[in-house]
Amino acid sequence: MTAFDSIVLSAAVFSPTLGAGVMMLLPKARQRAHLTIALVASVFTMVAGIGVAIAFDYSSSATGQFGVDLSWIDVINSRYQLSVDGLSLPLVLLTMLITVSCMVYSWFHLPEPVNAKPFLALMLILETGLIGSFLARDLLLFFVFFEVVLLPMYFIVGIWGGQRRQYASLKFFVYTFLGSAFMLAAFLAIYFLGPHTFDMAQLANSPLSALARTTQLLIFGGLFIGFAVKVPVFPLHTWMPDTHTAAPTVASVMLAAVMLKLGAYGLIRIALPILPEAATAFAPWMGLLGVVAIVYGALACLAQTDMKRLVAFSSLAHMGFVMLGISTLSAVGLNAALFAMVAHGLISAMLFFVAGSIQERVETREISDLGGMSARAPKLSWVFGFCVVASFGLPGLAGFWGEFFSILAAFDPVHSSTTGFRWLMVVAAIGALLGVAYSVSMFTRVAFGPVGKAFKHLRVADVTKCEYIAWVPLLALVLMLGVYPAALLDVSNDSINKVADILSGATK
Amino acid sequence: MLHNAWLIALAPSIAFIVILFFGKRLPQRGAEVGIGAMTTMLALSLWLAVDWVTSDRQQVVSQHRWFDVGDWVIRVGTLTDGLTVMMLVVVSLISLLVQIFSAEYMRADRRFTHFFAILTLFSAAMSSFVMSANTIQMAVGWEVMALCSFLLIGHWWEEPHNVRGAAKALLTTRLSDVGLFIGIVVLFFAGNKTFSIVDINSAATAGTISSGLLLAGATALFVAAIGKSAQFPLHTWLPDAMAGPTPMSALIHAATMVVAGVYLLARLFPVFDGAFDILPGGGTNPIAVIGAITIVISALLAFVQHDVKKVLSYSTVSQLGYMVMAIGVGAWTAAMFHLFAHAFFKALLFLGAGSVSHSVHGFDIEKDMGGLRKTMPTTHLTFAIGSAALVGVIPLCGFWSKEQIVATAGQNGYTFFQLVAILGTLLTAGYITRCYYKMFWGEHRGSSTPHESPKLITVPLVILAVLTVISGFLEAPVLGIHLFSDWVTPSYAPAVHHESGIGWPFLVEIVVALVGIFVTWKACEKRVGMRTLSERSAVLAGFNRLLINRYYLDALYEQVIVRNVIRLGIHVDRYVDRAAIDGVVNASAAAAKTSGAAAVAAQSGRVQTYANAMFTVTVLVALILVVAQ
Repeated sequence: MTAFDSIVLSAAVFSPTLGAGVMMLLPKARQRAHLTIALVASVFTMVAGIGVAIAFDYSSSATGQFGVDLSWIDVINSRYQLSVDGLSLPLVLLTMLITVSCMVYSWFHLPEPVNAKPFLALMLILETGLIGSFLARDLLLFFVFFEVVLLPMYFIVGIWGGQRRQYASLKFFVYTFLGSAFMLAAFLAIYFLGPHTFDMAQLANSPLSALARTTQLLIFGGLFIGFAVKVPVFPLHTWMPDTHTAAPTVASVMLAAVMLKLGAYGLIRIALPILPEAATAFAPWMGLLGVVAIVYGALACLAQTDMKRLVAFSSLAHMGFVMLGISTLSAVGLNAALFAMVAHGLISAMLFFVAGSIQERVETREISDLGGMSARAPKLSWVFGFCVVASFGLPGLAGFWGEFFSILAAFDPVHSSTTGFRWLMVVAAIGALLGVAYSVSMFTRVAFGPVGKAFKHLRVADVTKCEYIAWVPLLALVLMLGVYPAALLDVSNDSINKVADILSGATK
Repeated sequence: MLHNAWLIALAPSIAFIVILFFGKRLPQRGAEVGIGAMTTMLALSLWLAVDWVTSDRQQVVSQHRWFDVGDWVIRVGTLTDGLTVMMLVVVSLISLLVQIFSAEYMRADRRFTHFFAILTLFSAAMSSFVMSANTIQMAVGWEVMALCSFLLIGHWWEEPHNVRGAAKALLTTRLSDVGLFIGIVVLFFAGNKTFSIVDINSAATAGTISSGLLLAGATALFVAAIGKSAQFPLHTWLPDAMAGPTPMSALIHAATMVVAGVYLLARLFPVFDGAFDILPGGGTNPIAVIGAITIVISALLAFVQHDVKKVLSYSTVSQLGYMVMAIGVGAWTAAMFHLFAHAFFKALLFLGAGSVSHSVHGFDIEKDMGGLRKTMPTTHLTFAIGSAALVGVIPLCGFWSKEQIVATAGQNGYTFFQLVAILGTLLTAGYITRCYYKMFWGEHRGSSTPHESPKLITVPLVILAVLTVISGFLEAPVLGIHLFSDWVTPSYAPAVHHESGIGWPFLVEIVVALVGIFVTWKACEKRVGMRTLSERSAVLAGFNRLLINRYYLDALYEQVIVRNVIRLGIHVDRYVDRAAIDGVVNASAAAAKTSGAAAVAAQSGRVQTYANAMFTVTVLVALILVVAQ
C-alpha cells in the first residue's frame, strides 16, 4: 500500500476544508484571493478524485479501495473508515465536478450581499461534507458528514438567498434535522441491537435478521424517513421548492445535483444491505411513493410560474424514478437509480445554472415575462434547450437510461409484488409523458415566441466565457453518458450487483 | 458494405456537428456540408443496395457490446436486410433532393444554417433508426427524429402559432411513445430478456411467448405507431405540423419520419401477426380497422382545406392509413411498396407546393393560385404526375402499390378492407383533383405575378417525377415483374402470391381512379363544391361543419383534456402542496416554536432550538427501539 493509497481519500475529503481554513486567515476584502483559493482547493480536490479514478481497480470495483481505517471513538467502537467502490466513485466525482463548476461560475456571479470569503468557505465545507458522506464506511462518521452538509446550506440560503430566505432556510433546516434525528436513532438502534459496530461492511455481511421483524421494520422506517427527506420523497418534499426558490444559483446547483443524492445513496448503501428483509417489506410502499412523486411532481410543474420552482418540482419527479428503481430491489433497478442520480445531477445542475444566468441578465425568473430568448441570447437558448431535452429523457442523452431502466425494472421486481409494479410501470411511463409536457412548455415559453417583457428593452449578453468553462464539461458528460452508458455502468455494476445479491437472498 | 451499414448514419452525424459549430462561417453557410453528406449517404446506400441485391439476401446482423446492466449484456449494432436497404435508399434519396431544393428555397432565411443542421441530424436519426438491430436503438432514432420535427416545425418560432404546432406534434407523438417504451419493455421480457429485433421476431414466430404478453406488447407498440404515423385518433398533429418550412414537410412529414410507425409494424410483423391473428385472415383486427378509419376520415377532411399543404397533409394521413391497413390485412409487401412509392410522389407534391408558394408567396389554393399551368409549366407537369400517382392512375407508381394492397387484401380474405381501399381511391381522386384544378386551371386569382422557379427547385421536381413514373415497374405482377418483393420481402413476412393474369381489383382500380378524376373535374368546372352542396341540403351542411371543425377532435384534446390536466396541476400545487402538506408543516413548526420557546427561553438562535429538539427526539426514539426489542 503506497502513501498515495492511504491518504488520497482523506485528502479528497479535507482539501476543501483546508482551502476554507486558508481563507479564514485572509481579510475579507481580498475577494480575488478568496475566489482563487476556493477554485484551487476545488480543483485540487478534483485532481485527487481523478487520481483515484485512474488508480482505481475496475476489475474489482465491488470491493472498497484506498481504504483508511483508523481508531476514532473507541468507546463506542466507531472508526474513521473511508473507502471507495463502484457505487461511491461516480457520486464522488460528480460532487467534485459540480463544485469546480460552481467555483468557476462564482468567479463572475457572486450572489448578493457580495462577500466572497464566507460564501466560498461555506461552499467548500459543504463539499467536504458531501464527499465525506459518499466515502464514509462507518455509520457514525457518515452521520457526521451528513450533518456537516446541513449547516453550510442553511447559512448560504439564509444569508445569500432571495425573497423569503429566512422561511426557506429554516424550513430546510427543520425538515432535514428532524429527518436526521430519525436516522441517528436508527443508527443507534443498529449499534445497540446488532453486533455493536458501526462498520457498514460488517453490518452488511451480517444483516440484522436475528432481530424481531417489528424492530427491523422500525429501524428501517427510521432510516427511510431520514433519507426520504433528503431524496426527497413525497410528501416530505415541501422544503425543496421553497429552498430552491430562495437559494442563490450555485447553492441550488449543489443542492439539486449532489445533496439530493445523499438520500438515495444512503438507502442503497446502508438501509437496503443492512436490513434486506425490512427493505423487501417496504419496497411496495417505496415504489408507490416514487410513482406518486413522478406524477405529482410533474403535475405541480405544470402549475409553476417561476423557472426555478418548476425545475425544483421536476427534481421531485426525477427522484421519483430513482425511488422506483430502488424499490424493485433488483440489480437493474438499482443501477437505474444510480444512473438517474448521476444524470439528474448533471442535468438539474445545468438547468439551475441556466435559470440563474437568465435571472442575472433580466432580473426575473417569471416564465410569463420571459419569451423570445432565442432572439436575444441564441446560444443560451441552445444550451437551455439541450438541458431541457436531456431532462425529459431524450434517448441518446444521459437522462434517458435511468428512467427507462427504472421502468424496465418495475416490470420484473425481485420481490413478489409483480402485478402492482406493472401498474406502477405504466403510471411511471405516463408520468414521463407529463415530464415532456412541462419541459417543452417551459422551453417554448422562455425561448420561443415574441420577445417578452423581460427582454424587450434590454441588450443581454449571450453565454459568457466563464459560463462556457463552467458548463461545457457537464454538457459533454450528459451527451457522453447518453451515447455510451457503459462509462458509468461498468463502474457501478459490480457494486450494485453485490447489494442486489444480498437483497435477492432476503426475498427468497 | 452489408456489415458496415453504420457508415451511412455516420456521414450525416458528423456533418450535423460540422454545420452546427462551423456552418455559419462556410461560404454556402453549411448547405454544402449537408448536401455533401446526403450525397455520401446516397452513394453508400446504393452501394449497400447493390451488395444486397447481388448477395444471397440473408439478413446480416453485426453488433458489439454496448453496456452491461445487472446480468444482461446490451448490444448495439445494425440489422441489414431488404427492408433496411429499401428504407435507406428512400431516406437518403429524398434527403438529398430536399436539401438541394432547400438551398434555393430557404436562401433568404435568417436561420438557414440552423435549418440545414437539423435536416442533417434528422437524416442521421432516421437512417440509424431503420438499421437498428434492437428496439432500444430504434427508440433513440425515433425520439431524435421527433426532436428534429419539433425544431423544424418551430423553425419560425417568433410566431406563437408555429410554436404551438411544434409543441403539439412533439406532445402528441410523445403521448403514443408511452406505448413505445412499454412495448419495448414488455417485449424485452417476452422475448426472454432481449432487445434484439431478430430474437423477438423469432420468439414470436416460434410461439414461445405467452399470448398475454404478446398482446400487451403488440398493443403498446401499435399505439406508438398510431401516434408517429398520424393514425386516427392521434392524426391531429400532422396538419398543424405544416407550420414549418415546406421542404422539411416534404422530407419529414410526408416521405420519411411519419412512415416510422408503419416501419415499426413491418419490422416486428411476427409480433403483431401473433398477437392480432392477422394471418390467416378473414376476421378483423385493430391494425386494419384503424388504418381503414384513417383512410376515409382524413380523405374527407382534405376536401374542405384551402391551404395546399393542409390538403397534402391530410392526404399523407390517408395514405399512411393505406400502409397501416395493408399491414393489418397481411399485405406486408404491398404496404412497403406503397411506402416506397408514396415517398416519391408525396415528396414531389410537397416540393411542388413549395415551388408554387415560392412564386405566389402563399399557400391558399383559392386566393393565391389558379391558372398556374401557363406560368409554371415544369412545376405544373410534375405536380400533375404526382397527383395522378397519388390517385393511382396506371402506370404510375401509386397505381401498382395500391392495386397490390387491394389484391392482397382479397387474397387474404379481407374483403371489407378491399372495399375501403377502393373507396379511398375514389375520395383521393376527388380531393387531389380539386386541389390540382384550383392551383393550375382557371384564372389566376392571386395578386402576385407567378414565374417558374429556378433550377435548384425544378430539378428535384423532375427527378422525383421521373421516379414516380418508373418506380412502379419494380413490382408489376401482371407484367411478370416482382423485383421489389424479391429484394425486400423477408422470410418472416407473408410470402407474395403472384397471380397470373388480370384480376378484378386491377380493372376496378383503373376505372375508379379515372371516374373519380372525371367527376371532380366536371364539378370544379361547374364550381360545385362542399360549400355549394351544403347550401342545398341541411344534412350536407352539418357534415361540412363537422369536417371544418375536424370532427371536433382538436377541441376535445385541447379544450377538454389538456386544459383539465393543467387545471389538475394547478389544484395539486395550490391545494395539496401549499395548503395541505405545507399547512401541516407550518402548523407543527409554529407549535414547536411555541413550546420550544418556553423550554429554551435562554437561547436566542432558532438553530439551537432545533438542535435541542432533535437530540430529544433522537434519545426518545432510541429508547423506544431498545424497549421494543
